Formats: sequence, structure tokens, C-alpha cells
Amino acid sequence: MADTPELDIDRVAHLARIALTPEEKTAYAAQLGDVLKHIKQLEQVDVTGVEPTAHAFAVENVWADDVAQGGLPVEEALRNAPQQRQNMIVVPKVVE
Amino acid sequence: MSTELTFQTIAQLADALAAGTVSSVELTQAAIDRATAVDDRVKAFNSVNPEDALAQAAASDARRSVGQARGPLDGIPVSLKDVIAVRDQPLTASSKMLENFVSPYDATVTEKLKAAGAVLWGRANLDEFAMGSSTENSAFQTTCNPYDLDRVPGGSSGGSAAAVAAGEAVATLGSDTGGSIRQPAAFCNVVGLKPTYGLVSRYGLAAFASSLDQIGPFTRTVEDAAIMLGAIAGHDPRDSTSFKTDVPDYRAALSEKKGPWKLGIPKEYFGEGLDPEVGAAIEKAIAFYREQGCEIKEVSLPHTPYCLSTYYIIATAEASSNLARYDGIRYTHRSADAQDVVDLYFKSRAEGFGPEVKRRIILGTYVLSSGYYDAYYLRAQKVRTLIRQDFLNAYEQVDAILTPTTPTPAFKAGEKAADPLAMYLSDIYTIGVNLAGLPGISIPAGFTSAGLPIGLQLIGQPYAEADLLAIAHAYDTAHDWHSQRPEL
Repeated sequence: MADTPELDIDRVAHLARIALTPEEKTAYAAQLGDVLKHIKQLEQVDVTGVEPTAHAFAVENVWADDVAQGGLPVEEALRNAPQQRQNMIVVPKVVE
Repeated sequence: MSTELTFQTIAQLADALAAGTVSSVELTQAAIDRATAVDDRVKAFNSVNPEDALAQAAASDARRSVGQARGPLDGIPVSLKDVIAVRDQPLTASSKMLENFVSPYDATVTEKLKAAGAVLWGRANLDEFAMGSSTENSAFQTTCNPYDLDRVPGGSSGGSAAAVAAGEAVATLGSDTGGSIRQPAAFCNVVGLKPTYGLVSRYGLAAFASSLDQIGPFTRTVEDAAIMLGAIAGHDPRDSTSFKTDVPDYRAALSEKKGPWKLGIPKEYFGEGLDPEVGAAIEKAIAFYREQGCEIKEVSLPHTPYCLSTYYIIATAEASSNLARYDGIRYTHRSADAQDVVDLYFKSRAEGFGPEVKRRIILGTYVLSSGYYDAYYLRAQKVRTLIRQDFLNAYEQVDAILTPTTPTPAFKAGEKAADPLAMYLSDIYTIGVNLAGLPGISIPAGFTSAGLPIGLQLIGQPYAEADLLAIAHAYDTAHDWHSQRPEL
């Protein structure tokens, strides 16, 4: 890696699906550059042969019996929908 | 009298309720009155519902009158951080994204507190989506430290800590991903407990970083923390990371478990950056335990310097994934001027998220992105293994680890707002505990010459909360810091 980690803010913002203003892009690129420089210190750690930890304690598959259980009623599930019609969430047209 | 009531402990109030010298309605009204008097300055709550609280209190009194009181929490006003779901109450996460959200169901901890008879009162402010160390990142208001209104209460559970400190609730719940219970507890002179990962169900908690998040209590005393933990702990099939374990009687353990204990002092936590007055208070606490016959041993947690970097990679990576659900489609803020569905995602998220949340999503997306995953995320997961191993190695020699909770007392509002890295450093002593999944507690340990609270952190072995609480209780009952009150 280069001394100053490169952060293509446009690419990352696109991946994150967040529209950033030019001012936000400039500010985040600078602030995150500082954070990434700090984070680069992890390169000093010898991790040869070390297993990664995803959870602090071993998490195994949790199986549940295949028994139907009640869920939220439709009106409750849609309670916070920004726009709804006939028990469905309305979204802008997806297919041309 | 009425203000005095809300500064009492759960243990004291449970006795008073049982003796009939106070009713839950009186107590709840006292909390409401106190919030009415001080919350325009403290700003602990995003919203309150006094009528609903008084109805719960009346129900508690009615139960008690027919001999069906449910235990020490029955009738006690408890406030929840505004990321924990309570059916029919708002859950904003202090974000415009969820400004109008009303929970359609109860979190598991909410169900348990309701079953215990607690009066759920007030939605406590936080840093947006629990991301921050000062509660300045809330989209709605900045909570103030009750001990100095110009200073922050800590974060992200700043509202939960301030509500207890200011006497607006008897106890509260927060969540702790990198110190978000313990750091504000230290800043506000209250007890804050982060349980072992998996001990308390996360079902119904708005997720930040799922491998790190834990719900835990804020209380005045360690005994009250034991009561609260007993009420909320336990396996939950709805949280697949929830641990299958028996829940012991934590309160009984406070008197059953007696020292002397072996306490480890990690030398890496007492170096550069530690405020001298904080350091002196912790030295006094160490001297106290030594006088009690405890063996004090220096231990080493050699990967401590790497905790912050490891944390910010793992936490932001998990956050970028978790917060993808806030897409403007199903239950969140939706942009009014989107051209199509993809545009709807971009604009809704741009409008709904605040600056720190965007910053962390961007960082998390970057460290997970193609070409950088191995260098950042995978490496951080490996360093996490080493950090955890440091603690487990130390526990071969000691029962618990003793540290300051924070390097400094509460800082001034605005002081670190423009410098994310400086803000992140205020969590330097707490984040290792989350990475290792351990239980940690912050208890009041004195005041600086300027009158700012100081917190003592004790870190326990996995699922050894009973021992951890007993060790903390020994200090807590021998000192009266917790009986200090802010002048408001």
C-alpha cells in the first residue's frame, strides 16, 4: 500500500448508495485519510498463522424446528411504510 | 420529597414500594416532575409520554394492592435508549432516518422489563445510530452533562447516563459497542455495565455493529446493576448469537462472593494521555483493593495500541452492512424528489443520515470493498484474535482487570467535534473489552478538582458477571461517590 492510502470517495459513495455533496466529499476524504493513516499501523502486527475472529465467542449454526410461528400482521409490518397501497409498499417504477 | 425519590436506588425504592410508604404513581410522577424541571437543560430525552407512564404505574400499584407485585423492579421508572424497541413508542435512533418510526413490537429486553413490572418512561437521546462518544451526533439535540452543562455526557448512550445522573429516571438501558455505556457512565457519575457478548438478547435493538453490540444498564449503584442485569439477561431464540446459559441471582452473589480477589493492572492503560487526576483516583481505588487483601498484579495487554484501529475497521464494516437496510423503501425517511428506485436510495440516505453516520458507512464500505478487504477487514479480524488472547492470557493470573474507564473526564461540547480521530481516542480504554466480548463495568470513583466525575472500570472474565459485580460492589459500598448529585 502507498504511504497515504487512496480513497476514491466517488467510488465508495456509489457502493454505499449515498449521494454526497462536493463539500462532503472534500471533508470526508480528508478526515478519512487521517483515520486510514492511523489504521495503517495494523501493518506492524505479525498476524502470520493467526485465525481471524468474526465473533468473540464461537458462533455456530443455530437450528430451529421447522414450525410455523406467527409474525407481524400486515398492517403492523406496514405501519412505518413511507407510501403504501392495498397492503403493499409503493416504490418508483423499477422496470421501463 | 418528590425530587429526593428519584435519586434513591432501586433497592431502596423496592423496599419503600413494598412497605407502602410510596406508590409507583407517586414515584413515576416524581420522575415526570423532575424531567419537567431539568430536561430543558439536560436534554436527556428525545420524547416522553407521561400519561402512558402513569398508566403503567397505576397498573403496578393495582398489582401490588392485590399481592401480585412482581419483584424489585415492579413500579420503578426505567428509561430506554432510543434504539431499543418498545411497542407503540417512537424509535428514532436520534436519526432523521427514523424520525417518524413507531415500533410495531417489543425488544426482548423490553418484554423482560415489562414482565418485571418496570414503568417504561422516556426515550433517551444518543449519538445517531449509537455512533459517537459525546451525544453531539444526535440529529435532534445535544444532551448536556448534568455536572457541567457546557460539557458532554459522553456517548453514545449519553441520554441514558444523564437521565439517571439528573434524577429523571431511577435506572436506564443503553447499548455498548465500543464503550457507549461505560464511557458516559464515567462522565456522569453513575454505574454502567456492559455484559458479556451474548448474555443479553439484541433482538429489538437497532443494530450498529452486530459482533460488538450489547445492551446493559445504567444505575446509581452496583447492587441496582445486579438487579437490572438479572431482569434482562438470558438466552433468546430470536437472537442467534444469544448464549445458552443459566442466569444466576446476581444480587445474591454480591454478598455470597467474597474476596480477596486477584486484580490485574494493565500497564498499557496507564501511560501517555491519562489525565493526572483520573490516574490519581484510580491509584486510590487500587490502594483500596490492596487494603482489602486483594492481590494486585501488573499484567500486560500488549496489543492495546492496536485496539482503536481494529475497532474502527470492524465496527464500520459491520455498520455499513447493517445500515444498508435504511433504504427509503420500507420504514424509513423517503426522499420526496427521487427519479427512480436507485435515485431513491441515494437521496433518502443522503437526507436521512447525519455526518458521522455517513462517515462511518463510507469507511466501512471502503474497508470491505474489492481490493482492500484482505488488507483491512481480514487483518483487523486477525488482530482481534490477538487482542482477545491478551485478555485470556491475563485471566490465567487474575480474576479481573482494573483500569480507568476513560483517559480524561468529560470534555467540552464542540471540543472534539471537528476531529473524528481525537473523539475516537476517548474510547481507548473501553473498546478492547468489546473486541474481546468481555463484561465491563464503570463505577463512580471520585471527582476532579473541577467537580467532574471519574470512572473506574473493572473488566471480568466471560460470563463471570456475578464475580465482576461482587468485586465492583466491594468498592461501591465502601465509597459514597454515587450519593453525590449534580446541582441543577
